[in-house]
Formats: sequence, structure tokens, C-alpha cells
Amino acid sequence: MTKYMDRTGWALTIGLVVLIVVNFFIPEWFRAILLLSLARGSVALGLLVLWRCGLISFGHALFYGFGAYTVALIVKYLGITDAFFTVACGVVVAGGFAWALGFLLRRYRGIFFALLNLAFSMILYGVLAKLESLGSTDGISLERTTYLWYAPEGPANKTALFFFAAIMTWAVAMAVHHYLRSTLGYMTTAVRENEIRLEFLGYSAERAIHVKYTISGLVGGFGGAIAAMTIGHVDPDSMAYWPISGDFVFIAILSGTGNVGAPFIGALLYELIRTYAFEQFPGIWQLIMGGTLLLIIMFLPNGLWSLVDLWKKRRAERGRPAAAAEREKA
Amino acid sequence: MKHGQGRTAVLLASVAGVALVAGAATAQTVKMGIPTFLTGAGAPAFGIPAKEGVELIIRGINNGELPAPYNSVGLAGRKIEPLIYDEAGGGTKQVTELRNKVQKDGVDLVVGYISSGTCAAVARVAEEVKVLTLLTVCGTPRVFEELVKKPKYLFRTMSHGTGNNTGAARYISSKFPELLKDGFIGLNQNYAWGQDSWRDFNLAMKIVAPDAKAAKKQQFPKLFSGQYGSEISALLRAKPKVVHSSFWGGDLEAFIAQANARGLFKRKTFILTVGETVAYRLGKKFPEGQIVGTRGPYGMYAVDNKSPLNQWFQKEFRKTYGSPPAQPAYQYAQGILGAKYAYDKAMKDNGGKFPTTDQVIKALEGATYTSLAGTVRMALSHGHQAVTEDRWGVTAWDEKRGEMVVRDVVVFPPDCVNPPDGVESVPWLEGGMKGAKCG
Repeated sequence: MTKYMDRTGWALTIGLVVLIVVNFFIPEWFRAILLLSLARGSVALGLLVLWRCGLISFGHALFYGFGAYTVALIVKYLGITDAFFTVACGVVVAGGFAWALGFLLRRYRGIFFALLNLAFSMILYGVLAKLESLGSTDGISLERTTYLWYAPEGPANKTALFFFAAIMTWAVAMAVHHYLRSTLGYMTTAVRENEIRLEFLGYSAERAIHVKYTISGLVGGFGGAIAAMTIGHVDPDSMAYWPISGDFVFIAILSGTGNVGAPFIGALLYELIRTYAFEQFPGIWQLIMGGTLLLIIMFLPNGLWSLVDLWKKRRAERGRPAAAAEREKA
Repeated sequence: MKHGQGRTAVLLASVAGVALVAGAATAQTVKMGIPTFLTGAGAPAFGIPAKEGVELIIRGINNGELPAPYNSVGLAGRKIEPLIYDEAGGGTKQVTELRNKVQKDGVDLVVGYISSGTCAAVARVAEEVKVLTLLTVCGTPRVFEELVKKPKYLFRTMSHGTGNNTGAARYISSKFPELLKDGFIGLNQNYAWGQDSWRDFNLAMKIVAPDAKAAKKQQFPKLFSGQYGSEISALLRAKPKVVHSSFWGGDLEAFIAQANARGLFKRKTFILTVGETVAYRLGKKFPEGQIVGTRGPYGMYAVDNKSPLNQWFQKEFRKTYGSPPAQPAYQYAQGILGAKYAYDKAMKDNGGKFPTTDQVIKALEGATYTSLAGTVRMALSHGHQAVTEDRWGVTAWDEKRGEMVVRDVVVFPPDCVNPPDGVESVPWLEGGMKGAKCG
């Protein structure tokens, strides 16, 4: 295991390879769900970074919306459909905004932090819904995405987008994972555990939070940009309204904070539950979603990742009698 | 530990249980995806009545209960397998859902959509995934004038909003010109339907009533916002006597309740372009003396239509649901009748064999078919956009029937209120409605 490739790194890489292989065997609708899971999982990854330092945001649709609308507006007003350019812009705009907001938000903790985020996301929502030049409540439809000089048509376009999103998401997840394992990254836990002690060690808790908030915004913008290209349409109700932020918190709770891969698995599970609930119980699908959340909180308080912890613990327990026997022999 | 695992297993089982698909394979049916509002503010006053209309007309078609010309069973002999699903959740979600319905559930056609916002979002996608889509209600003219200019798979089986708002302008200017001396003002939801409705009405008024001036500030509250206190205050202070509003569904219901309490309807005359949607539901609480429309000849305007098809629908609807059918039921049923007409005709043209989607599309393009209340002519946008006549009247409570009725009804023929084929709505209105034939 090198510095860059620990177990999680390998798992993410294997995940990427699996995605690329399964692409050729899955129906179109499932690919759309996988794409959406990558997008929403990215935003939940942003929440994970914050959550590790004990902060939760009820308004991460802010960055999701920023990413998505940046892509849509570039397509609409500049006519540029290049995926690399539009996604980069979406990430930079969302990240830049997170950095600017960070100066204010890094001073708040707990419920104040969560609700201030919500407030800012609803300001974005209000602006998007009111201004007809930004598509108003109808939103904006996107043209077909291109990739540098490659402009695929029909099914090839979906495959290209899927590969693009998968590889990019892999890179983002790897980067975040690497960051979380750095000294700065480990400070997240320190902030959560004891801010005063961290300050006495000579680090600034506020600065640590600011960096994390910016990263979280960058990743959120990335998710929004991918979502916009996947769906081909953005509107404020689906991109910046508060229930969307709620979805992200849902996914974050579902996945837990154990590992950078968890949000993507959580997002996929979330999309699947939602799809089938919507289909099988058209009148009460929201109830199913709420019920699932309740079950998760009751039985898996640390999210899906508690299953992995459980498995690890069980393995350790199974190993223990054997080790004891060894000792006895000696 | 063991206990914990048991819990985990319970959780996983329940999640898996939700994920189970009940995919019963049935051959020889036509799978029809039907989006309508089942939850949220659009549901009670629009989505659910629409669903009732759908279920009734599908029952009629599948059992062969309908009178001529639809007295054969099914679509081209095959029964309809309806997949009714929720339109709530915004355009982006509906785009995903449409893809799901086509690529996952394999629907043969989609009939539905109420909100103009949804239609604007799904229009291009329907063409992209190549699914025959009959838009039943949504009114924004942008669908064919801006988003999909050369439609193949996309149709709309009722007039778009322009016809309705032109009719409104013609009606008020000819019937009640005295109300307009202080001008008129608008109260519309801030999305495609509301913005387009106001724009079309305002443009039409410039032609039919050039002396009446629009107020400087119009009200554009958010769709489904539900609280209209400040708008009502502003309207009470405003000088114009006439208020144009394209509110519908739950918003309209909420607005009427709040405006009634403050006596707004006593001081203003409203033109509720689709106000009929809630008139039956509110009964006596719906204000009298207001000008209401249905974007055609539906609901309250169809009560006395004596065609056997309409009489069957009125009778069976009242029997099944205990209330008269309002426009959502009519409009959705009209869309499904359009599908029935197209499938049956395509089968006839195909020598009695079940038609392909392309043949169905060909049969519907530019067709004229009988609906519950009157005729539908697929006249505009390369034969993909319907026109119907447009009826306008004033609400009054009928003590004998115990329900709301319309009086002073004027019927505008389709060519009087709709632009001719090939001309877009806004240029047509700005150019003085050239080619309008009002008989």
C-alpha cells in the first residue's frame, strides 16, 4: 500500500472499473439512476466532510443548485456544451461562493450553522424562481453535452456522459479521501472533539472549518453540474428548494460518515428506494421515504457503514478464540 | 450482538420489500403512462378529478361501454393498461420519471401532464426517447412554438392558453365594456402558464379594447404558495375593477377562500381563465358573477351538451364519484379519446392489423376527432396542436340543480381565438389577430 493507494483507494478504483464494465450490461433507466447517484453522492460527500467536524448543513442544495445552474446558464447564454469546461465552471463558481460564505459561516456551529445554510439556499431559490432570465420556475433545458472534440449522438452520448461522470467522481472521491487522511484532514475530528484543545495546539479551528466548507462547496457544485447534464433540465424546485437539501441530509444519514465511498452507495440505495416507492405506491411514496429514514436512524444509527463496522467486529470476534487457543498452546 | 443482527436483517428485509417489483407480464395490452398530480397542492382540485376522469373513460373503453363512435373495445382492440403516476416534484423529477416509464416499464404511450412547467421540461425528452406523448392539459404555447418546433411524438389534445386568453379578452370587451373604464390588472402564478396567460391576455386586450389600460404593476406570486394576503391587499387598493387570473387547482381554492373573507369578489370582477376547476368543489362558496373559463367547452359548459357520448360521461361520472365532472376530468378523457381515435383509425388504415407507433402518429396528425363536448381539430404546429371552441360565461348558483352554472354564455369558434396554422401566438396577437374568423 503506497501513500496514495490504501484500502479505500483500491476500493474506489475497483468501484470505478465495475461501473465502467456494468455500463455495457445495464438498461438505460438504470444508468440514469447510477448517474444521479454519482451526482447526489458527491453532494453527500461534501456533507460528510462537514459532518466529520460535527457540522451539518440543511442547505447544501445551495451548491448543488450553483453547480447545476452554472452549467445550464453557460449552455444557454454562451452556447458552450463542453463537459470539461462547464463542469469546471460549475465547480469553481460553487466553490468560490462557498469560500466567500465561509467567512461568515465559520463562526457558527450547530443549529445556527445548519439553518444559515438553509437560509442562503432559499435566497438562491428565490432568485432563481423570480428571475425570468434565469428560467424562473420553469427552469432551463440543456443542449446535448460534448467532450472536447467528441460530440456523440444517441446512446453513445449517454455512455460518454457516464464514463465522464464516473471517472470525474472517482477523482473527486480520491482527492477528498486523500485530504481527509492528511494532517489538515484529521483536524476535522479534532474540531468535533475539542475545539479549544485544537486551538491550544496552534491550529485555527475557524480556518479548518473554512477550508472544509470550501471543499464541501466544490464537491457540491460538482454534483450539481453532473446532475444538470444527466437530466438535461434544471429548475429551482429540483435543484435549490429546501427538500432537496433534505434529500442530501437523508443520503448522508443513510450512508454514515465512515468512508468516502459510503455516500455513493447511500445515494444509489436512496434513488432505488425512491424509484420503487414512487412506482408501487404513487399516492404515499413520501411516507415510504420517511419510514425508511426512521428505520435507518433506529437500527443503523451510523448509517450503512455500521454494517461494515459490524462485519469487522464479527470477524475480530471470530478471530479472538483462535488467538486465545494459540496463546494457550504456547 | 445476535439481537443487533436480527434488527439489521429486519431493516434490510423491509428495504428489499419496498424494492420488490410486481412486474406481471401481460401481452396484448397497450401500456399507457398517465402522469397527474396525486400529491401536493395540484392534487385535490385538479389531479384527482383528472384521475377520476381517466379511470372512468378507461373503464368505458376497456369494457366497450362508450356510445358511438367509440363503441369498440380497447385501443385498436387491445385493452388499456394504465400506469397512473404522480406529477408532483418539479420538472427535473418528471424528466427522470418519463425516462423510467419508457425505458423501465416500457409504456407504449404517455397521456397526461397538467402543469406547464412539467410540459416545458418533458417536451424535448419525449421526442428524445421517442415515446408518443399526448399532453392533455398544460397550456403554454411555448411547447410547440419554442421547445419542439418540429414535433413527431409530441401532441397536445386541447387548445393552448392563447385561445383561452383571447376568448377572455373578446368576452369581457364585448359583454361588459363598462367594467373596463378603470383598466384591468393581473394576478397570475409566476411560471410559464401564468406569465404566458397574462402576456396573451394583455396583448389581446390591446386589440379588442385599446382604451382599457393594464395596471402598472401586476401580481405574480409563486406557484403553489398558498398564502395570498399581500396580493389581496394590493388588489383591494388597486383601481381597476377587472382582475385577470389564470390561477388553478389548490392555489385558486386557497385564494378564493382568503379573498372571500376580505370581500374582494364584491369589489372586483374576476376573469378566472380556468376558474371552473374548483367551482363544483367549492359549491356555494365559489363567488357568483365572476367570469370563468375552461379553455374550451368542458365541465360546467358541457352540462347541457346532449351528445350521447357526453351524456354517458356526465351520468356515469356522477354515479361513480357523486359529483359532476369538472374540466380536468373532461380534458384527460379527451386526451385518452384522442389516443383511442388514433389507434382505431391506424388499425383501419393498416388493414385491420394492430398498428405501429408511427402509424398511430400518422393517424393523429392533423386529424379531427369527436370528443365528449364538441370536436377536436389537430390544426396547428404540423397537426400536433389541437384547437377547440372556447366558451365564456358568468357564474351563478342554480338552486334547482344545487350546483354552480354559467349564464350569458358566448361560444367562440376555434378560428376566432386561435392563431392560424404556422403563425406563432405572440406575433399573431401583436399583429392584430390577422385571419381570425369569428363567424
